[in-house]
Amino acid sequence: MGIGLKQFAPGHRTCAGCGSAIVFRHVLEALGNDVIICQATGCMEVTTTPYPETSFKVPWIHVVFENAASVASGVKRALKAQGNNHTRVVAMGGDGGMIDIGFGAVSGALERGEDIIIIVYDTEAYSNTGLQRSGGTPFGASTTTSPAGKKIPGKQEWKKNIAMLAVMHGAKYVATANPAFWADLQAKVKKAYKLEGGPRLIHIYAPCPVGWHVEPSKTIKVARLAVETGLWMLYEVEEGKLKINYKPKEFKPVEDYFKLQGRFKHLLSRKDIMEKIESHIKEWWETMEKVEEEGVNLLKMI
Amino acid sequence: MPREVMEGSQAVARVVANCDVKVIAAYPITPQTHIVQELAKMHADSVIDCEYINVEAEFSAISAILGATAAGARSFTATCSQGLALMHEVVFAAAGMRIPLVMVIANRALSAPINIWNDHQDSMAERDSGWIQLYCENVQEVVDSVVQAYKIAEHKDVLLPVMVCMDGFYLTHVYEPVEIPSKEKVVKFLGKFSYPYKLDPKKPVTMGPLAFPADYARLRKQLAEAVWNSKEIVRKVHDDYAKRFGRSYGDGFLEVYGDGSKAIVAMGSMCGTIKHMIDKDELEDVSLIRVRTFRPFPKDEIRDVLKDKDTVIVMEKNISLGNAGAVYLEVKDALYDEKRKPKIVNFIVGLGGVDVNRPTIKYVVEKAEKVKSGFVEIVDGNEISASY
Repeated sequence: MGIGLKQFAPGHRTCAGCGSAIVFRHVLEALGNDVIICQATGCMEVTTTPYPETSFKVPWIHVVFENAASVASGVKRALKAQGNNHTRVVAMGGDGGMIDIGFGAVSGALERGEDIIIIVYDTEAYSNTGLQRSGGTPFGASTTTSPAGKKIPGKQEWKKNIAMLAVMHGAKYVATANPAFWADLQAKVKKAYKLEGGPRLIHIYAPCPVGWHVEPSKTIKVARLAVETGLWMLYEVEEGKLKINYKPKEFKPVEDYFKLQGRFKHLLSRKDIMEKIESHIKEWWETMEKVEEEGVNLLKMI
Repeated sequence: MPREVMEGSQAVARVVANCDVKVIAAYPITPQTHIVQELAKMHADSVIDCEYINVEAEFSAISAILGATAAGARSFTATCSQGLALMHEVVFAAAGMRIPLVMVIANRALSAPINIWNDHQDSMAERDSGWIQLYCENVQEVVDSVVQAYKIAEHKDVLLPVMVCMDGFYLTHVYEPVEIPSKEKVVKFLGKFSYPYKLDPKKPVTMGPLAFPADYARLRKQLAEAVWNSKEIVRKVHDDYAKRFGRSYGDGFLEVYGDGSKAIVAMGSMCGTIKHMIDKDELEDVSLIRVRTFRPFPKDEIRDVLKDKDTVIVMEKNISLGNAGAVYLEVKDALYDEKRKPKIVNFIVGLGGVDVNRPTIKYVVEKAEKVKSGFVEIVDGNEISASY
């Protein structure tokens, strides 16, 4: 049987090569069937539940865009009040639903120490509505509301870091993951499943071939390059200690990653911007490696 | 059970505790705060055995109780004004998803300008959402309506959320003698909460899917029919409650007071003042029709009690800007097919906490004599001091 098919049935309407669908299959397989999924509005809600059909073989609820973490909080408390301490409750949403419009709800659930798992699958834009800019959109990316124009070359701000924001809330476990490193992804979901008594957040890279202008067959190749270029770092923070899970021996040039994607094409001729991005990656890695080496307990910062 | 003097908000908290509520989500807003504070204290003292979630916004308060109810736990929250406006998106979703929530509204004006005092603009703005709405005259009625609200909402033929509306400050902060029905009696009346479609890994369901136009229209039609059909259950629950607890409120929809040919139609706490004036013969030939159930709207009942009146004076604490008061418009609609139509006028009173006192009511009744049918006036209070 294929990955996650006991939880997530085929026949849904995601686009060819959809990274989010691959992420869902791995996440749901790792979680198993004793779960309740609380979903934010987005591609993965409209493509999977066209009434009266559903892809979900596990209990699943969608209410609106910005409240997945709050609905999950209520579901978990209801289970607790009824004496059910085994079923895991999971809030799932994209970058729009969790990093932008639903960030308040995510922040509230983290602050309250809700015993839930929060999955953020990040397509780095509002994929469902036609790839508009979000807080998760990376620097320089061209989206339909941050287009590469004659004067402005795409998004001019850096990506909002939801994983570190979760760490600064004192979350029990925080990790980043990527579908090209699926064994690592599933291991992290399983760890989140096991760790109880507080919020666990996993931030997962999810390519959107249609929105990013990537060939559908290259989803995993692009995902792998995001890690190999250093743009997407695989790490986890447990009890405040940072662990970088994968360190490329040598970073591949960012150009290799950008040239496969229409959203970055305009940057290939802009040496100044490419250098700015590469130096940003370098400084970020230096800082994170220092934090790891020195064994800084990030929870002591709050 | 003996009656005790207590604050309205405390009475709400105590009856909620007796409803065997398992999850409470709370976010503070004046004048609802005393309700959630009292519940927090009861939770801290272990008087009430439930989960208490201090959420970061009203939007999450309603979202959390929606999730909790869908997962099979009877839940509660309370809010008003800006908090209810912030919830708006989920208010509609809760009805569409047929989640039997109960929420107390401590009615308060909406911004702008910001104002913490009572009117009905907040809950009236949600009248099209698919929630059942009960408007209460006094604290005892709020207590009784909270119990009835759970019974109505959870009825298998209803499965709709219910708002119990109480006037902010006038009822939330007033001290009145009130009887809190015992937990034993209330639990017996309500029965164990069992949501038929609950989220359960043993029997997975998908809730809140995407519906294409034909399914959307069919499901919204079912929702509309469910709200209309809930009338029968609202009445039945009211009557059963009256039998068991000894208190009733008219027929559950309307309360008729007096038989004067001039009928005032009103909702909420101002009805107490109107009744007092009728008792004291301060108003000549005036009767009161108090609307308790605004949704579903008791159209037939209101037509029957008003059709033989000479004048209908709708006094209400809201206005549908660009037209007239919402209650007035619906009362007028109810009378449209009558051959003999009473004169009908509309006075918007009490906005943002302007006192609806005896001079106000006297002013309205006297003015109603002088104007033509269809007259609408917003009484801001300055007219009263000038005339009386």
